[in-house]
Amino acid sequence: MTTDRPTRRLFLMILLAGASAIFLYPFVWLVFASLRPRDRTFAGQWPIPFRPQSYLEVWEAAPMLTWLINSVVVGVAAALAVTVSSAFVAFGFAYFRFPGRNLMFASVLGTMMLPAAVTLVPTYLIWNSVGLTGTQVPLWAGNLFGSAFYIFLLRQFMLGLPRYVFEAARVDGASYLGLFWRIAVPLSRPALIIAFIFELKASWFDLMKPLIYLQNTELFTLPRGLKAVVDRFYQGGDPKWEIVLAASVVTTLPLIVIFFLGQRYFLQGIATTGRR
Amino acid sequence: MRAGETRWAYVFLIPWIVGLVVFQAGPMIASAALSFTDYDLIGAPEFVGVKNYAMMAADPKVARAVGNTLLYTVVHVPLSCLLALGLALLLNKVTGRAAGVFRTIFYLPSMTPYVAVGVLFLFLLNGQAGLLNEVLAVFGVDGPQWTTDPDWMLPGIVIMSLWNLGASTIVLFAALRNVPRELTEAAMIDGASSRQRFRNVTLPLISAALFFVVVVDTIAALQMFDQVYTMYFGTAQAQQTSGDAALFYVVYLFQQGFQFLNMGYASALAWLLFAVIAVITFIQVRVGNRLVHYEDAAS
Repeated sequence: MTTDRPTRRLFLMILLAGASAIFLYPFVWLVFASLRPRDRTFAGQWPIPFRPQSYLEVWEAAPMLTWLINSVVVGVAAALAVTVSSAFVAFGFAYFRFPGRNLMFASVLGTMMLPAAVTLVPTYLIWNSVGLTGTQVPLWAGNLFGSAFYIFLLRQFMLGLPRYVFEAARVDGASYLGLFWRIAVPLSRPALIIAFIFELKASWFDLMKPLIYLQNTELFTLPRGLKAVVDRFYQGGDPKWEIVLAASVVTTLPLIVIFFLGQRYFLQGIATTGRR
Repeated sequence: MRAGETRWAYVFLIPWIVGLVVFQAGPMIASAALSFTDYDLIGAPEFVGVKNYAMMAADPKVARAVGNTLLYTVVHVPLSCLLALGLALLLNKVTGRAAGVFRTIFYLPSMTPYVAVGVLFLFLLNGQAGLLNEVLAVFGVDGPQWTTDPDWMLPGIVIMSLWNLGASTIVLFAALRNVPRELTEAAMIDGASSRQRFRNVTLPLISAALFFVVVVDTIAALQMFDQVYTMYFGTAQAQQTSGDAALFYVVYLFQQGFQFLNMGYASALAWLLFAVIAVITFIQVRVGNRLVHYEDAAS
C-alpha cells in the first residue's frame, strides 16, 4: 500500500490536471478565438494570425463602455444596499430578544424558498405604478429592504460576537444605533464582505431584470448589452463573431479580477452557505 | 429599559417588515389574484375565473416547457452532483496548496456571467466546427448539430451546465474536510476496504452536504433561464431555428408576461412553478430525512 504512494499521487495529479484542462480550456478558446480574424474563428488553436483589433472595435460596435459603467454603478448600488440593510436587520435579530422574534425570523427563512418567478409580475406592476420602469432603479432598489439570505448569514455571524463587548458599550452610554454602527458592523467585516461580493456578482450576472425593465440601450448593463450584441452580430444578418467574442471577454474579465482579489471570501462564503 | 429595547428591536426590523409586505407577501397575494384575471397592463384586470389554469392544461407549449425543464433537471442534477462529488473526492486526496489551486480552477467557470456562458457554448457546441465536435472527431465520432438539431439541443444544454459545478464541488470538498481522520483510519485498521470506508464512514458523514447540494441544484435547474435565453431566444431568427426544443419553463413564463403582456396567464404559470418546486422539494426532504445522517441524531 505504502510502496505505490508516489505512483498513486502522480495518477491523482494527472486526473486533476485533466479535469482542470477541461474547465480552463473554454476560457483559453474564448480569448484566443477573440484574437483571431473572423474567418479563422473556428480554425486552429493559437491566435494566429494575431488580430487584437477586435478589442478596439468592440467599443465602437456597441456602447460597451457605457454598459460597463452601468454595471459597476448598478452592481455597487445593489451590493451596498443589500449589505447595509441586511446587516441592520440581522443586528435586530441577533442582539434583541423581543416578542414575535421567532415568527419574524421564520418569515426570513420562508422567503428564501419563494421562487423569484412568483413575484415577477406584481413587482413589475409596483415599479410601473411609481413610473420607474425604464430606469435602472428596479435593478437595485429592492435591495434596500434586506435579503433573506444575507440576513441569515449576517445574523449567524453576529450571534458569534462576544456579548460582553456590547454590554460594555451600553454601560459606556452607547445608543443602539451606536452598537450597530460602531461595534457590530466593524466586527462583522468578513461576513459583510461576503455579502457584498456575492451580491455584486449576482447583479453582474443578472439578465432577467434588465430584460424586463430596460428598453433604452444607453441604460443596459453588461449582460443585457452582451445579449444585444449576440442578437445583432451572431444571430442577426450581420455576423461579426470577433465582436461577440471580445464583448464576452470584456463582460467576464472584471468578475475574474474581483474573484482573485476576494478569493478567500468567495471560497469561505460558498463553503459556509452553499451559495453559488 | 425593556420596553425601549423592544421598541428598538422593531426599529431594526423595519426594512425587513416593509420589504416583506411590499416585495414578498403583497406580490404573492397579487400574483395569486392576477392568476384569475386577464390583464394586459393597459386595461383593468378582468376576472376570468380559472380560465388561465384551464388554458395552461390545454397549452401544448406549457406541456413542452414542463417536459423540457423536467427532463433537463432529471439529467442535469444527478450528473452534476456526481461529478462534483468525484472532483471533491479527488481534491480531498491531494494535500496542501495543490488542492487550493485546483479548487480555484474548478470554481472559475462559475464567475462567468451566464450570458457569456451561453455565448461561449454557442461557439463550442457549433455543429460544423465547434470544439466539442472537433474533440469527438479525434475519437472517430461524428458529432451532432448541438445548437440547431432540435433533438440535440437539450443534451447540449446539459453539457454546458456541467461546466458550472465549482460551487457544488467546494461545498462537498468542505464537507469531506470535516470528516474526522480518526474515523476513516479506525475503519482502515479494522480492515475495511476503501470502498467500504467510503460507503460506511465518509458517505454518511457528508450526506447532509450532498443532500443540500442536490436540493439547491434542483431548485436552480427548474428555474433555468439566462443561458438558454441567450442562446435560443430574443430574436426572430434564433426563435425560428430553435422552435420549442429549448423552451424552458421560466423562458415561457417570461415570454407570456413581458413579451405578450399576458400578465394574468404569466401569474398562473408562476404559481404552477411554485407548486412544482414546493412538491419536489418536499419529496426530496422526506426522502432525504430517511437517507441523510445527521450528527446530533446519532449521538
